[in-house]
Amino acid sequence: MDFFSFFKKKNAPPSGSVAKDRLKLVLVHDRVNCSSQVLEMLKTDIIKVISNYMEIDEEELDIQITQTQSEENNGTVPVLYANIPIKSMRKVQD
Amino acid sequence: MSEVIVITSGKGGVGKTTTSANLGCGLAVLGKKVALVDADIGLRNLDVVMGLENRIVYDLVDVVEGNCRLKQALIKDKRYDGLFLLPAAQTRDKDAVSPEQMQKLCEGLKEEGFDFIIIDCPAGIEQGFKNAIAGADRAAVVTTPEVSAVRDADRIIGLLEANGLNNPMLILNRLRIDLVQRGDMMNIEDVTEILAVDILGVVPDDETIVIATNKGEPAVTNQESRAGQAYRNIVQRLIGQEIPLMSFEEQPVSFLEKLKGLFRH
Repeated sequence: MDFFSFFKKKNAPPSGSVAKDRLKLVLVHDRVNCSSQVLEMLKTDIIKVISNYMEIDEEELDIQITQTQSEENNGTVPVLYANIPIKSMRKVQD
Repeated sequence: MSEVIVITSGKGGVGKTTTSANLGCGLAVLGKKVALVDADIGLRNLDVVMGLENRIVYDLVDVVEGNCRLKQALIKDKRYDGLFLLPAAQTRDKDAVSPEQMQKLCEGLKEEGFDFIIIDCPAGIEQGFKNAIAGADRAAVVTTPEVSAVRDADRIIGLLEANGLNNPMLILNRLRIDLVQRGDMMNIEDVTEILAVDILGVVPDDETIVIATNKGEPAVTNQESRAGQAYRNIVQRLIGQEIPLMSFEEQPVSFLEKLKGLFRH
């Protein structure tokens, strides 16, 4: 933190880190070759399947492709991350 | 031992041709025998950057089609004995050459006894790119610290690895240290972290490059040029020397610059 940063507008991250974050996100999608359209279709299908078993909060549902550290080598691998809040369980007929 | 290095980037205008010219020239200064190959057929430029545009008789397509021998098409550099340029054809398109023909061409250049064969790859990922990488042993990816260039570099790295050119070396070009210091440009670590490749060198944004290109004399021979110094360091690394990355700390932002920065926000 230098003297001059005191005068600058707070809260706004510097554009360099904005660039880095945007790039990281876009590259995750580029690398797995998954468009947002495909992701949307996947989301619809997941909702359909899960709704057979439980009632879920579709508004709060969050599905995204991110990266995680690979266990085998030191690189990163893409992962499908899904956060699906459950409202209640449905009775499933055996 | 001879080695074919392709200089590529995906995005256009990030400095592939300038990098090719400077690395070729820098290696020749050290007494290496170097062939610079312009693979950008239809948009030839390496000749003007090298200042050899008036000496072209035959070109790459002439060699491939058998209109002349390889030796006839190689233009000897004005300044350095061991440096030669194989120019691209200007009136043809990328489809005039196939990857197999480029492989054969690279073999031919190796037989001529060149230590380094540097291929200036065209922008894009189509035929021209496939041709340029066909005969390469190693690849260097040039990028600038901008989202568009880094994104394209990532795509190119993936394509290079899919074609067996593993561990490409990264050259980060046109770094603006003043912008990095105030947080308005991605820094070296940001770019290497995102692309996850080894860095071969960092070249600062430098007006001496523009001047050198205007004159057709690569900046690598200009002792005053910071970009020239960066290229000389890269050349040393290419021949196996361990040279630390150039220090960018020695150019602190002036008080006036900081003052100006204040009013920008």
